[in-house]
Amino acid sequence: MSQPLQHLFGIGQLSRDQIETLIGMGESFVELSRRPIKKAPTLRGKTVINLFFENSTRTRTSFEIAGKRLSADVINISASTSATSKGESLLDTGETLAAMQPHVLVIRHSLAGTCEFLADFLPHTSIINAGDGAHEHPTQVLTDLLTLKTQAGGYAGKTVTIVGDIAHSRVARSHLLAAQKLGYKVRLVAPKTLLPSHIEQYGCEVMYDFDAALPGSDVLYMLRVQTERLTDNCSFPSIREYHEAYGLNRNRLAMAGEDCVVMHPGPMNRGVEIASDVADSARSRILDQVEHGVAIRMAVLTALCGASAEVDKPSPKQARAAAAMQAQGKLL
Amino acid sequence: MTTLLIKGGRVIDPANGLDEVADVLIAEGRVAAIGSGKGKTEAEIDASGMIVCPGLIDMHVHLREPGQEWKEDIESGSRAAVAGGVTSMCCMPNTQPRLDHAGVLRQVIERARQVGLCDVHPIGAVSRNLDGKELTEMRELVRAGAVAFSDDGRPIWHSGVMRKALEYASTFGFLVIQHAEDLQLTGGGCINEGRISTQLGVNGMPDVGEDDMISRDIMLAKLADANYHVAHISTRGAVDLVRRAQAEGLKVTAEAAPHHFALTEEEVLGYNADAKMSPPLRTEEDRLAVIEGLRDGTISVIASDHAPHHEDDKRCGLSCAAFGIVGLESMLPVSLDLERGGVLGMPELIATMTSNPASLLKLDAGTLSEGAVADVCIFNPDEKWTLDRNALFSKSRNTPWHGREMTGRVLHTIKGGRHVFGKGEILV
Amino acid sequence: MADLIYDSAAVHAAVGRMAEAIQDHGNDVALIGIERGGARVADAVQQRLEAAGCAVARGNLDISFYRDDLDTIGANPEVRPSHMPFDVSGRTVWLVDDVLYTGRTIRAALGEIFDYGRPDCVRLAVLLDRGGREVPVAADVAGLMHAADPGCSVKLVTDGAGEDEWHIEQRRVRP
Repeated sequence: MSQPLQHLFGIGQLSRDQIETLIGMGESFVELSRRPIKKAPTLRGKTVINLFFENSTRTRTSFEIAGKRLSADVINISASTSATSKGESLLDTGETLAAMQPHVLVIRHSLAGTCEFLADFLPHTSIINAGDGAHEHPTQVLTDLLTLKTQAGGYAGKTVTIVGDIAHSRVARSHLLAAQKLGYKVRLVAPKTLLPSHIEQYGCEVMYDFDAALPGSDVLYMLRVQTERLTDNCSFPSIREYHEAYGLNRNRLAMAGEDCVVMHPGPMNRGVEIASDVADSARSRILDQVEHGVAIRMAVLTALCGASAEVDKPSPKQARAAAAMQAQGKLL
Repeated sequence: MTTLLIKGGRVIDPANGLDEVADVLIAEGRVAAIGSGKGKTEAEIDASGMIVCPGLIDMHVHLREPGQEWKEDIESGSRAAVAGGVTSMCCMPNTQPRLDHAGVLRQVIERARQVGLCDVHPIGAVSRNLDGKELTEMRELVRAGAVAFSDDGRPIWHSGVMRKALEYASTFGFLVIQHAEDLQLTGGGCINEGRISTQLGVNGMPDVGEDDMISRDIMLAKLADANYHVAHISTRGAVDLVRRAQAEGLKVTAEAAPHHFALTEEEVLGYNADAKMSPPLRTEEDRLAVIEGLRDGTISVIASDHAPHHEDDKRCGLSCAAFGIVGLESMLPVSLDLERGGVLGMPELIATMTSNPASLLKLDAGTLSEGAVADVCIFNPDEKWTLDRNALFSKSRNTPWHGREMTGRVLHTIKGGRHVFGKGEILV
Repeated sequence: MADLIYDSAAVHAAVGRMAEAIQDHGNDVALIGIERGGARVADAVQQRLEAAGCAVARGNLDISFYRDDLDTIGANPEVRPSHMPFDVSGRTVWLVDDVLYTGRTIRAALGEIFDYGRPDCVRLAVLLDRGGREVPVAADVAGLMHAADPGCSVKLVTDGAGEDEWHIEQRRVRP
């Protein structure tokens, strides 16, 4: 990799070259994960801590398997979010972890920017963002890109249609950033109530009508609907009407063209955003995404551990202060 | 089906820019031709000296069915409608149960079809049970026949809910109609807050209570890039807000009820409960502002806000009386004062009750185009008559115009080519 | 500045000797090339073996994740998936590489092969042995020998179109 990585906070920080390298490494790890002995000594002796403030069996297990297949020592910590939302516990957690000196910290939190915040307390640790609020979920998007590369004829020039609660989706935001760097198109489909302000700044297409968005879609990427969030906030009157307007069923899949594939970051709400027969159909790449998720996470862990022992690297806070001083210097 | 010729009337069809003396030929329930009628038809109406226009569209009517049929029902409401020259009306969702589920809407539409006098287009509720908390399944309601959405007689009060309602409705091209009333300011009030409320010693509803909600709604409509319609606009502040919003290019429209450009709060003197409605009759400045709004096109629709109430609900003292007056049968005669007063030309006036509401609600009505369903209103703009509350076709009697001389009278109403109202009687 | 050590004729002949030596051990051969140079050499050896009537089972290994120096050099940006279409268990397998130097690559490859199964025997065939072992590894077959200074890098260059342009060059990387 031309520029070694210390952290993976999001797609936003990655260059096109870095993204493609990680995807390439992911392909190798797919092969490794299919061997009888799914093990390489790559991270032997390294400590990886999965710090998950949000419930997520899937992603956490994926990171755990990834670390163990690389012979790392993996520790899972589930912290409750309620105290953390006041900010207090996050600080305590950061300092406690600093004392444990882990090589890699994988963090999932409901508040955006948690990784950047903790990085200031852990100058010797690489931090991987496993999802922070509605901000970014880089390993999911890298997974999706690996799936597209190996199971759907690539991603360059394709139209990826993302359907659902875009306003609260970190996966959508990460894809929007990746699309700009890698040259594919994102088409967002959602009602106004589920679209964030100024989403057009990413150069994507926005459509309210799912049926009109189907022709020309190469990928139908269905986001999970959180039912309580939908109706409690008046974003949608009911699950039934959501499924009627934005659910992916057989008829809609047929309107999207023969080569269109179906993807979902999981877990699925069958019958809500996606019908069962579509999820289980030959066009679905959802299970591939799960397999590739482990491979990508192995790639990310390997890439970060490669050059992680650089003691002199400044923390994000120090880097910001240095940049500010430099700017001041320019003004003077 | 009968063929019918309407002879020699001044035919005004604003949708087609038509205003000339001509004959209207109706066949198979549709407008066959407008011109010089030759040949025999089974029936003929002599319309010389009268105005022949599309059947009126009243987009704000409370039909009280289901749930309060002692005040009005779809049949009596339809009779009152055609007596007023109205052949299409939109009914508000504050029935019991509400028009918040597809089944209730279909029931109302089917009943109106059975009665066969006037088309009824439901306005679906914005929130379930009009509670202002959860959105209704608007797509489902539109499939069941809803033409727009409102929580009228209540405001959509919560800003967060209103924002989401505007965003959701406009995602699919649906219109939201607001009964603009800030309950925190108007709660407990019974008439306009002003000179008269002080004289009478009753609580008032200040004009700000309408204006502040419209102001907020316009900002939300801009944020959501949504269409927004103000029901029964009544204050000078509100008219001004709508005018400025339109100048800015926002998709904001408004309707006025005849009582808000014909009457003022003085009407309530003597504790007259038949002049009590919401929003209330306001000051002369407000009345003139509404007229100016109609003149310059800020207000594009006239709608009656027909709100029938039983005697029991009105004869209980002003403070306790229910809000509302009937209006289907007085809408046209009272509105003709605008033409007489030089505020609107006759075609522009007729447009406010035909082509304008039709295009706002995307209704296939309000026009005499060739091939259109033959809904026709024939009226004499100069005939004088006295409105008698006991002779109304509505079940209810709550009108402030009892005993007044009206100038302008609906003489015939044709619905789908059938002559349903003529010479003061329902004919079918 | 690179010095030519062996030209394409010499390389060509060396590959031929490797194939003959491997064939001496039996006509049923399992070859595993080490990415990337070793894989190319294995291609050439395989061609000669098959021309001589041998059955050749073929695989490739990428040892990027088995290296012992990941901390200092970082992840390999050109890592490729390994490819092992046959079962190594119960067979004699020949590891093939281009240049044998410290022996650490072979050590990593041995670790990886044993994750695929349990071969009866692992032998090593290299195109060039340059000495300088840092672990106890020896080639069973070496096409060429060349003693090189530790400050020099020795590479098989295969940039050209065909084997005709392969050559081995040496260049100084440290004083």
